[in-house]
Formats: sequence, structure tokens, C-alpha cells
Amino acid sequence: MYSVRKWSVRHSRFMEGLYNGVNPAILATLRVITKVFGTKLDRPITAAEATLKGVLFDCQMCGSCQLSKTGMSCPMNCPKTLRNGPCGGVRPDGNCEVKPDMKCVWVMAWDGASRMKDGGEAIRDIEFASDHRDKGKSTWLKLAREKRPDATVKPLQNTNV
Amino acid sequence: MSKDTNIQDVEYVGTNPGDPLPMRDGHVSHGRFERVLRDGHFAVTTEIAPPDSADPDEVLTRASLFDGYVDAINATDGSGAHCHMSSLAVCAILTRVGYSPILQISCRDRNRIAIQGDTLGAAALGVCNALCLSGDGVQAGDHPEAKPVFDFDSISLTKTLRILRDESRFLSGRKLDLAPKLFIGSSINPFVPPVDNRVDQLAKKIAAGAEYIQSQYCFDIDVLKEFMKRAVDMGLTENCFILPGVGVLPSAKTASWMRANVPGVHIPDSIIARMKGADKPQREGRKICIELMQQIKEIPGCSGVHVMAYRQEKWVGDVVKRSGVLGDRTPWSPHHADTTLGTVN
Repeated sequence: MYSVRKWSVRHSRFMEGLYNGVNPAILATLRVITKVFGTKLDRPITAAEATLKGVLFDCQMCGSCQLSKTGMSCPMNCPKTLRNGPCGGVRPDGNCEVKPDMKCVWVMAWDGASRMKDGGEAIRDIEFASDHRDKGKSTWLKLAREKRPDATVKPLQNTNV
Repeated sequence: MSKDTNIQDVEYVGTNPGDPLPMRDGHVSHGRFERVLRDGHFAVTTEIAPPDSADPDEVLTRASLFDGYVDAINATDGSGAHCHMSSLAVCAILTRVGYSPILQISCRDRNRIAIQGDTLGAAALGVCNALCLSGDGVQAGDHPEAKPVFDFDSISLTKTLRILRDESRFLSGRKLDLAPKLFIGSSINPFVPPVDNRVDQLAKKIAAGAEYIQSQYCFDIDVLKEFMKRAVDMGLTENCFILPGVGVLPSAKTASWMRANVPGVHIPDSIIARMKGADKPQREGRKICIELMQQIKEIPGCSGVHVMAYRQEKWVGDVVKRSGVLGDRTPWSPHHADTTLGTVN
């Protein structure tokens, strides 16, 4: 929902704190669940993630979530799905070229990032184009199943970049 | 023969205009455009409007308007999301006679498989420059019902071209037998929100591998000066050539229309007022363009200027000449190759 999404970006610092606080617990729980049930509960877990992040961020379930690096503004809401935006078409009022009634998600992203404590600089990182096979999949499950101990560092897969 | 005195050496021309020039040490392409910039000249580029036609002669006719005034010609890739002859084809026609075209690659219409293939094809056809763009949304054009692709954004695209060229492989890792030797650029629009972060966007593009930058229309010199000051302070102009864009406005009405309808065009009220108040608006539009070009040449960090004169192409030579930004230099044109070397074809 657009109004909730805008609220989430305005409160990006709070959302970042919430994410940092809750995320380890979610991932630990998911690790246990996937150990016990394998992939049997993937669908309800994915649906839960889609619902929660959908309400808060209009999450599009790209499968490789970058919210914590984009000021809590989901880049997949950009009609051009730019992951390193903004494009050059932003309107003088900061609204989207394609959807004139919507704030540019990257104008919101820089705004959100400026308020964040840890993630404010990460918006400067280059995100390579997303892996379209991950669309509709759960980022939480992906992170929970990663073998690497530091689950916050996501390796780029299948692009060899 | 006054024009011919400006050809420094055969290296700028080659023996056959259609052949690639020998690559110099420290250069990444065989192209003339890169040479002009790395030699420290103030470069002038322009934009050709690809025809709504299958006629190659129409491309050459349109390009000949710029003979002796520009160092490179951008071939737009479905600009404004309108259908025209493809950028790749326009470039291939231009390289045959020795022009130095810039292949514009938009992410709107093709995915990573098509783009990588086209890039190899372009290099094989003698194209030495590529410009990575996100692309205007399909809603802006005459086929709003089309499916927007946007598999890449301009930064992922820039990075991909660098991988093709520098690592001689596809994204998948599969090796190329011969890498495409392209001078790789991207675009920037310092004049629209988030204005404060546009320089950060420039930094990202350079980090992704952009070696030159052409900007959207500049009609607001103060915003450009501030942008360039920050870019120079951040060291962004040390490894990247920046060519701000300028435009030739025909009338106040067109200026207002462009501001309202062309994505990303910022024209201050003062410019529109100036056009409105002018006795001869067309002449005033060219005067504005000339003044901007002269001011841009004085801004530290600017390596050239990109003249966009849609439907005003016949005036490009006039504004370049009268601005004096080329100094005593005359860029290459097929005419030179013909008269000095007699080696066309």
C-alpha cells in the first residue's frame, strides 16, 4: 500500500533497527524449521514474507531483497525495476516519469538512506541486475539456507560478476 | 584547403575510412572519439535522428549535416520510446564511410542475451563507442502497449560491457574469441530530483565502468556548475570525461512543450521568458545554445559538449562554429578523407 510504503521510508531508521533486531531471530527460526521440515513449509513461509513485506513496502518478491540498502524503499516498485536508480526522467516534483502520481522510488530511497544509521552508505554500492529465476521466492529462506556464517553478505549468483 | 590543415596526422584518418584505426597505448578502443578526448581537446558530439525508413542514404544525408563540426555522432536507440531505424544499423552505416558513431543502448527493449549479442555485432561492424542508458519508459512513446524489458539498468549494462571488453567473456563466463574494443559511456541528468544525489549517481556510474558521460539537456548553468564542482571535488573527473548536453530551442512553445512532455527535461522559466520575449525566437534559441556551450567550456571538469538538436539538425554546424568551442580544430569528416588521401573505398 502506497501510504504505508511512504511511512516505512519516512521511518527508515526505525525500520532498520527493527530489521536488525528481528532478523537474526527470524533466520534462526527458519534454519530450525528447514532442518526439521525440509522444503515442506516453503510455501506458507514465502506467503508470510510476501504478506508482511507487501504491506510494509509493497514488496514485489524479487527474491533478492535489498531494502536495507535502499533506504527501505523497494526498487522493484520502480516501473523500470532499476536497481541502481534513479533514472533521468524524474519529474520536477520528484515523482515518477511513468507513474506521475507516485513518488520516484529512488528519490524516496536516497531520502530513506539519509536517515539510516548503518545502511545509509550501502545505497552507493552497485547492485547487479537481479536473477529472474528468484522472482516469487523467499529471500528469508535463501538467507537461512546459505552455508556462509555471515548471512548478510549475499554472494552474486550465476552472474559471475 | 583551410579545413585540411587541421588534420594532424594520418592516425586521425586511417588509410581507409571504413577500417579501424590502430589502437594507441593506454586506449581502450580503435576510435577517433576516444583519441580526441585523451588528446585533451574539447570534444563536440551530436545526435542523429534515425530515419523512419529503410533507406541507408537517408542516414548518410542526415549525418553529412555535421561534417567538420562534431567528433562523434550518437545514434539514438528508440528515443522517447518511438520506433525508428535501430541504433546498431545506423552506426553500421556510418562506420562504412568512417564516421565515429556512438551506439546508444537502452535497457527498455532488450534483455541481457540480446544486448551482449548486439554489442559484439556492433564492434564487428566497426563501432568503437557505446553509451549505456536506462531508456525512456514505453508510456512516453507511440507504442505504450509494448512490454518494457528492463532486464538491466544502465549501471548493470555498463558493468556488463566492461566485462565483455576487459575480461573477454559473457556474463555466463563463456569466453569470447575477440573482445569488443568499445569506449564505454553513460548518461547523467543533474537537473532533476534528487538533485543533491545526482553526483552520487555519477560516482556509481563511474565505479561501474563509465569512461565518458553525456548529460541530459543543460539549460540551467548554475545547477551544472554546482554539480561539476562537486564532481571535481570528489575526483570524479580524473578518470572520466564529462560532456554536458545542450539543445537548440526553436520557440517558446516548443520549449514549454518539451518541459512538460519530454521525460527529464528541465528548462528554467527565465529561458522560456527569454524565448517568448525575443523578436526572432529561432535565432534566440541558437544564441542561448551558443552561450551555454561557451560557458560549459569554461567549467572545470567539462571535456566537451553534446549538442542535441532534434529537428534543428541543420543548425548544429552553425552553433558549433559560432560558439568557437572547437578553437582552430576541424573534426574529421568523410570529405577530408576524400580530398587529402583519396582513399574512400
